Amino acid sequence: MERHIKAPLTDEDAKTLKAGDYVYITGTIYTARDAAHLRMDEALDQNQPLPIALAHNIIYYMGPSPAREGRPIGSAGPTTASRMDKYAPRLLDLGLKGMIGKGKRSDAVREAIVRNNAVYFAAVGGAGALLSKSITASEVVAYDDLGTEAIRRLTVENFPVIVVVDADGNNLYETAVKAYREETEVKNYDPRKPDQRDAEH
Amino acid sequence: MRTIHVSQITQNIKEMCIEANHCLAPDMDCALKEAASAEKSPLGRQILNQLQDNLQIAQEDRIPICQDTGMAVIFLEIGQDVHFEGGSLEDAVNEGVRQGYVDGYLRKSVVKDPIIRENTKDNTPAVIHYELKPGDSVTITVAPKGFGSENMSRVFMLKPADGIEGVKNAVLTAVKDAGPNACPPMVVGVGVGGTFEKCALLAKKALTRQVNKRSDIPYVKEMEEELLDRINRTGIGPGGLGGTTTALAVNIDTYPTHIAGLPVAVNICCHVNRHAARTI
Repeated sequence: MERHIKAPLTDEDAKTLKAGDYVYITGTIYTARDAAHLRMDEALDQNQPLPIALAHNIIYYMGPSPAREGRPIGSAGPTTASRMDKYAPRLLDLGLKGMIGKGKRSDAVREAIVRNNAVYFAAVGGAGALLSKSITASEVVAYDDLGTEAIRRLTVENFPVIVVVDADGNNLYETAVKAYREETEVKNYDPRKPDQRDAEH
Repeated sequence: MRTIHVSQITQNIKEMCIEANHCLAPDMDCALKEAASAEKSPLGRQILNQLQDNLQIAQEDRIPICQDTGMAVIFLEIGQDVHFEGGSLEDAVNEGVRQGYVDGYLRKSVVKDPIIRENTKDNTPAVIHYELKPGDSVTITVAPKGFGSENMSRVFMLKPADGIEGVKNAVLTAVKDAGPNACPPMVVGVGVGGTFEKCALLAKKALTRQVNKRSDIPYVKEMEEELLDRINRTGIGPGGLGGTTTALAVNIDTYPTHIAGLPVAVNICCHVNRHAARTI
């Protein structure tokens, strides 16, 4: 079903979002990808505070292209989420409520999503120009030296995502793919005998 | 003998980096349009329609199609009667990439060292492949390569006994493992034969072939068509969210190989399969 939700995410929204829901997010979200996750992980190892509050927030795995003059951001589509799998359970256990990315997650991340009543959303990969239109403001809030990998606070309006892993652990990547999978007939032909191939047609 | 000033290479590469990141080549554009009308999944169709909108916005508003504007892969086919003047050709290529990525508002995604990982801040260096050809012209192909799909690419050192079925299984294995991570619908470049590095290069170059152009070798053409059909029956679909459009094309190139080997490389590219080519 289609849903419009606010970010930061409430417990109630997180619990009622279901795998397959088409969701429009309005509010404040944060970006972080590989390098920012490594830094946050190191900060936690050293008992240092994180540069952003995690509770109820959504992290968007994204590193934008530079903004042209007068625009809030450049192209801004999701990056592959599995590279953040190493760090995500720890952040979820600290209150992170949602993640936006693309691609599969590990079992450990799925378990942490269920344990913490959280959500993993996918945005359409490779649609960075379109997605940038739903971002109305962008500000670097930490790790500026990382360039595109810095942590940014984004203001989003009707940012379109799809629920992939919900708080019950349902995974759209598994269920949706099964619905369209077909067994295929294997053709056996010998490339050394072209006549045989012609005979098949 | 024809003399070409290297500044001409720089200027062309700068323009092509910008062009390739904002507009898809007509063959890709057309394949995506056809896919949108053929897709059976409603969500899949919605995603394919979003990709159409995305391409239009990218072109009209000058926003890169994808934020991952790639590592610049450059193929240079150089006529052997060409003499370059004005400095190092490699420097000229990298200067073109630098200017294109800095002036064109493209993302700088290259780190200087794979372990230390400090960003070079201008997307250099490029990965450059040189080929010598007869004649006095230079053909430049710029193919910015995103790493969502690059990370899902594979090399398989098969045995001769694995045969054509082994090759097909290798391609299907790579595609199924890639799934949603490679931003389907994808284009699958395959290199068969040669050596370990040669098959990888064949696969990369196969991605620059037009998606509507099949191999000239009858059995390879047949394998391309069969694999495309089988990939589109895996159910992966647009965005990996289920559907009948998982790949737009399978482009296979072959090369002679050793009596003991059957190397196969599968280079996967997302639907933003960017390539710009010019001959000067």
